[in-house]
Amino acid sequence: MSDVIINSIIIVSAMGLAAALILFVVAKKFHVVEDPRIEQVEEELPAANCGGCGYPGCRAFAEALVNSDDISELNCPVSSNEAMGKIASILGKEIGEKEPLVAVVRCGGTPDHRPKTNIYDGASSCTIESSLYTGESGCPYGCLGLGECVEACSFDAIHMNPETMLPEVVDDLCTACNACVKACPRGIIELRKKNKKDRKIYVSCINQEKGGVARKNCKVACIGCGKCVKVCPYEAITLENNLAYIDPYKCRLCRKCAPECPTNAILEINFPVKKKQEAAAG
Amino acid sequence: MITTFPKGGIHPPEDKFSAGSPIRELPLPKTVTIPICQHLGAPSEPLVKKGDKVKTGQIIAKSSGFVSANIHSSVTGTVARIDKAMDSSGYRRDAIFINTEEDVWQEGIDTGSNLVKTIHSGREEIIQKTLEAGIVGLGGATFPSHIKLSVPKGKKVDVLIINGIECEPCLTSDHRLMLEKGEEIMIGIRLIMTALGVSRAVIGIENNKKDAISHLGSLARDYQGIEVQALRVKYPQGAEKQLIKAIINREVPSGKLPVEVGAVVHNVGTAFAVYEAIQKNKPLIERVVTVTGKDLARPSNLLVRIGTPVSELIEAAGGLPENTGKIVNGGPMMGKALNSLDVPVTKGTSGILVIPDKESFRKPVVNCIRCAKCVSICPMGLQPYLLRAASEYKKWDIVENEHAMDCMECGSCSYICPSGIPLLDYIKLGKATVSKIIRTRKQ
Repeated sequence: MSDVIINSIIIVSAMGLAAALILFVVAKKFHVVEDPRIEQVEEELPAANCGGCGYPGCRAFAEALVNSDDISELNCPVSSNEAMGKIASILGKEIGEKEPLVAVVRCGGTPDHRPKTNIYDGASSCTIESSLYTGESGCPYGCLGLGECVEACSFDAIHMNPETMLPEVVDDLCTACNACVKACPRGIIELRKKNKKDRKIYVSCINQEKGGVARKNCKVACIGCGKCVKVCPYEAITLENNLAYIDPYKCRLCRKCAPECPTNAILEINFPVKKKQEAAAG
Repeated sequence: MITTFPKGGIHPPEDKFSAGSPIRELPLPKTVTIPICQHLGAPSEPLVKKGDKVKTGQIIAKSSGFVSANIHSSVTGTVARIDKAMDSSGYRRDAIFINTEEDVWQEGIDTGSNLVKTIHSGREEIIQKTLEAGIVGLGGATFPSHIKLSVPKGKKVDVLIINGIECEPCLTSDHRLMLEKGEEIMIGIRLIMTALGVSRAVIGIENNKKDAISHLGSLARDYQGIEVQALRVKYPQGAEKQLIKAIINREVPSGKLPVEVGAVVHNVGTAFAVYEAIQKNKPLIERVVTVTGKDLARPSNLLVRIGTPVSELIEAAGGLPENTGKIVNGGPMMGKALNSLDVPVTKGTSGILVIPDKESFRKPVVNCIRCAKCVSICPMGLQPYLLRAASEYKKWDIVENEHAMDCMECGSCSYICPSGIPLLDYIKLGKATVSKIIRTRKQ
């Protein structure tokens, strides 16, 4: 009886030892040397896996950061400058200073401005609607309002406004990861330089049709009249294909262009009310 | 024996209201808008400029590549401008606007109605003239016809199939053409047979057009090698691959063209256009368009110059009924709803369909209940429910592996779905994305 117990103990222990030996040899032989810094760097990254850096997830980006000699071109759009600085100090490399960006929706076609010409009742997807039709208004460039950009955002930073039927960006939450820009089939959303106090001046339209046609379909369309181009003292505004564009890096927020626009297509956001208007109001 | 294709297919209500009304010529419109891309392939290059005088049948835009087609002026008049004009999707594309004057035809065009029976042209001449006349597939796909007339090297074609199916509900333009221009179509078929070098041609006609079957059948007795085959009514029998299966029982392999199984398919309208181009020297500047609808006063078949605004066609059919909810360019299954009545008739416009208010909305969408109706009716043997899900969740590899590119967009799946899911919309998105992926992979 006791033999059976002793034999069993011996056999099981021998098997265990043999297995442990194999595991030990294999672990030594196939040991993967992983830079411990990858783990450290990954911890500093936001773990949103949004893909805004161009790599498939934060882990891959961390590996890229550790493995490349020059990381000034690599940038996580979501991390703050401090977080990136911390990563740079872990790695002992120079990190490029990035300019904060924010997503801007360049369409002002609310139902008041852009009357409905037809009804779309197909699949609820901007990409499909855009490939089949111009949308529910006559403007072939404007927002379709089905919210693919909202679905694309991992940071809950873009929402549909039920009144205007247009998406709105929450500046504080937007990390400029580029996901909404890629999701929009019409290319309405653009990443622009973030200014002090979230101030913005931009042309809220991307319609490239001739002025008359654009105006007929939407009251706040850019008609390509060029008045803003003439008034800009910094040559920040260019007119191409009947559409004005304000270069955010040249613009100094002087606010001369917006009052010139005959269709109010240029928007000024988060500015204090102008003194003149205050005087007029007072 | 009456045959049909074996796999899938549906039976939508036929609603051929205009079958009994003979083809009428529509009076010349005041202005025409001729888009420079009315065919599958590269847009043509305009040859005229603002202020130019053009004659009816004069070439105004030249084919700009292998897959492209010439475009001719459909009226006599002055080029008002070359500008963007709305097409049936609502997007604006380049078009030539012409103000109409008194009709003067280009020299050398036989405008009489006399029948020219004797064929003088050889193979090369027929193909060349088809190219010059800007003929495209008039069944709706608008693929340039001269390409389909020249057999690629190393391939052999032994049968020409003529598509007189008109399986789309409501449309009757091909039906009327077969009844009224039967003899011309026969000569056109002869010309196509000469170009392809085949000795056998089969005209496929669905069994709901008995008068056309007997008319063409009696004409065919005088034309050796041409036969008429009656087919059981089923949508989408007019699709190339289904038609080949139904008539000669050969299956075109996935991703391949009919020439692979030794067949070429042309529409009856194309056969008529080939007759006019070669025997009468007349380019493709007009076509028969069915204007129909339940509440329309006079559902008609109209002979319309290319570029005529849709509003004039509806006026000729008795004006727009008050309860109109939707106007469709094409048939109810594959047609496209129009954004505006200013959209011009193009080479591919086979019908204008006026749908009343009540019937113009889609069913509300509910969840897929896995009934597999879409799978059993898909004539290509695909799984529409799966393709839809894969497209919706952007799994493009699944879309490709499940042969989405074989889908011909007949719309049977969206029609049959009891949950009202717009299956075809998603499959179209999948197809467009996958074809983009395939193109980048090839580069």
